[in-house]
Amino acid sequence: MNNFHIQEAPKVYDVIIVGSGAGGGMAAYQLSKAGAKVCLLEAGGYFDPADPKYITQLKFPWESPRRGASTTRPFGDFDAAWGGWQIDGEPYSAKQGTEFHWFRSRMLGGRTNHWGRISLRFGPDDFRRGSLTGIGDDWPISYEDVAPYYDKVDKLVGIFGSKEGLRNEPDGHFLPPPKARLHELMIKKAGKNLGIPVIPSRLSILTKKINDERGQCFYCNQCGRACQAYADFSSSSVLCKPAVKTGNVTLINGAMCREVLTDQKTGLCTGVSYVDKATMEEKTVRGKIVVLAASTCESARLLLNSKSSRFPNGLANSSGVIGKYLNDSTGASRSAFIPALMNRKRYNEDGVGGMHVYTPWWLDNKKLDFPRGYHIEYGGGMGMPGYGFGMGIQNMNGKYAYPDGTKLPSGGYGSRLKDDAYRFYGAYVGMAGRGEPIPLESNYCEIDPNGVDKYGIPTLRFHYKWSDNEVKQAKHMQDTFEQIIHELGGIPMGDKPGADRNYGLEAPGRIIHEIGTVRMGSDPSKSALNKYMQGHDVKNLFVVDAAPFVTQGDKNVTWTILAMSWRTSDFIIDQVKQKNL
Amino acid sequence: MKRRDTLKSIALGSLGMATVPSTDLVAAPPEAPVKVPGGRQKEEAIRDAKLMAEKFFTPHELKTVTILCDIILPADKKTVSASQAGVPAFIEFMAKDQPANQVPLRGGLRWLDSESIKRFEKKFVEITPAQRIEIVDDIAYPEQAKPQFSQGVAFFSKMRDMTMTGFFTTRAGFDFLGYVGNTPNVWNGVPDEVLKQYNLSYDS
Repeated sequence: MNNFHIQEAPKVYDVIIVGSGAGGGMAAYQLSKAGAKVCLLEAGGYFDPADPKYITQLKFPWESPRRGASTTRPFGDFDAAWGGWQIDGEPYSAKQGTEFHWFRSRMLGGRTNHWGRISLRFGPDDFRRGSLTGIGDDWPISYEDVAPYYDKVDKLVGIFGSKEGLRNEPDGHFLPPPKARLHELMIKKAGKNLGIPVIPSRLSILTKKINDERGQCFYCNQCGRACQAYADFSSSSVLCKPAVKTGNVTLINGAMCREVLTDQKTGLCTGVSYVDKATMEEKTVRGKIVVLAASTCESARLLLNSKSSRFPNGLANSSGVIGKYLNDSTGASRSAFIPALMNRKRYNEDGVGGMHVYTPWWLDNKKLDFPRGYHIEYGGGMGMPGYGFGMGIQNMNGKYAYPDGTKLPSGGYGSRLKDDAYRFYGAYVGMAGRGEPIPLESNYCEIDPNGVDKYGIPTLRFHYKWSDNEVKQAKHMQDTFEQIIHELGGIPMGDKPGADRNYGLEAPGRIIHEIGTVRMGSDPSKSALNKYMQGHDVKNLFVVDAAPFVTQGDKNVTWTILAMSWRTSDFIIDQVKQKNL
Repeated sequence: MKRRDTLKSIALGSLGMATVPSTDLVAAPPEAPVKVPGGRQKEEAIRDAKLMAEKFFTPHELKTVTILCDIILPADKKTVSASQAGVPAFIEFMAKDQPANQVPLRGGLRWLDSESIKRFEKKFVEITPAQRIEIVDDIAYPEQAKPQFSQGVAFFSKMRDMTMTGFFTTRAGFDFLGYVGNTPNVWNGVPDEVLKQYNLSYDS
């Protein structure tokens, strides 16, 4: 039953880390290797993609009674995310007329267990978009500050790609990229004709072995299910497990954090209180340094909920900036049918999880009516059929003749439907734009005055609206998609989304790339953290997820989270040595 | 309240603990601990087991569904039929798993029987295969169907969707499609003869 007395653990850890995703995993790895005694708190359960208890990789759709449908997991039964946009007992809300969709994975490794492994460095321009364009803000650091850490992350974690020499898409230390699939070769050719670059993708997947702890990719296309060979980057298998192996990490699963505790006299963090989900007991851990990596919105929530007489606006929030400048990638997509691919020859083209080629941003925004760029991700091929396969065949099968030249009316029944499934299989391509938004002060999360979750922790309320900048960017995406589809000899599926639908611009939060709620900066009146992601107001508080990021480029931020968390870990080690912490 | 639960509440009461209210405010826990299959979370396994134990279609409905599935994907030289591949059980599960399916399926089956009775004075399962096809031909072609059959068209399209997905996510469906992946392998690029067929190469 509910034991509501607070249990104090006597031990004082060198560092408490909240969250075991990319940022928390990297901090745990670096700090424990340096000899620090670390307490790693994770709100979700233990997860190891190599343990049969958790493996979904290489399962067939018929091993799920719903054939992998997304009834209980937003990306389907086999996806390795425990959680989603809605979690029982953990609600959030949005102010009227606005929306934000908040995806959470409650498990060791967090959202890194199922992500797309798209691992793009920021380029030099991505750190100073404000001064380059007069809209938005610069980072307090430059590419040169982060580049050494990108290099180290490339080598430690592993990434494939190709040296392209593109100024704002810096090359890294790449493993060999997989060869393009058939539809990707077609896209490459179409891009060439249109002047749109199509280059090998840059994914954190091991096309070659890099150490004895991790295997090599075996091309099942299922990184989203997490890899039993540890051949892709998940914080759980690549960082947390080796960190625990040092013997310096105490991992506590099922720890739903309530507050960062502070000493009212010194104003320093002293620990973290949490609810032990298994027993519903209130617990406390003590530490000399607190590192938050609970995810962009969860870290902001934790700080805003850590109110005291000394910190009435929440911890490290004398600027009042915490929660503000929340921003998610833009996203819009379109798919097409490629008649030339009908009745194509069969072979295994699963490949790695995700695309083998992509389009980096290639245009000059000075010549366009929107201020930031986007990249394009491509899908298609003879993937494994799952729930949804063959649905809507009546929209296709009357339009195109059978191999013998006959045409039949749309819909129907009988053996012809088998021929339809066969001939259209693998004859589609999809393209999705992922773009940089302008972070706005008016897009924010705050503590909902009326809400608590099932642990009694005050919940978040969001206020988020896209601006014209993002809508215009989405329009440009749609126009580009149609150009590419036309050049491919393809037929776009469905209607082109117009102004009435914001050109298909996905709702905020749907792309799951949110950043920005605990801003870093040089000016303590406008930012919560300094350039080492250390609290301006509280020097033994650090945030190492994407909450501190000023902007996100069009570069899925995981690689930058890893680099920045490593950089902050080095700073912490240095400051401890110098006795500043 | 089931007899089992009544006994439980008496037992609890006799131990001096709070008695269970006489109506089921809280669902009874499953009889045996649910076996959690690999890759599932416990709550998901419990939910799946509960759905499996429930029945949605009546025997009559299930018989109708089975006939429809096999009209949509019959046995032929190419493959087994939809029912041989287990599609009706899949549709039954999806009705429970995603309750939004329930009214369109149940109502659609009623629409079909009503149409059948109007024309032949018998339910759909009782008429001849030729008579069934007579009705199906009126609802299987969305672009040609007469407006008065629009609800039947919507139902048949749903049945076609469910049957297609149910069939092509089985081993029989995979074998027919020629999907040969989901197995460890080495990707070395598109086979040469395919590159040639599409006039593509890795050099350009």
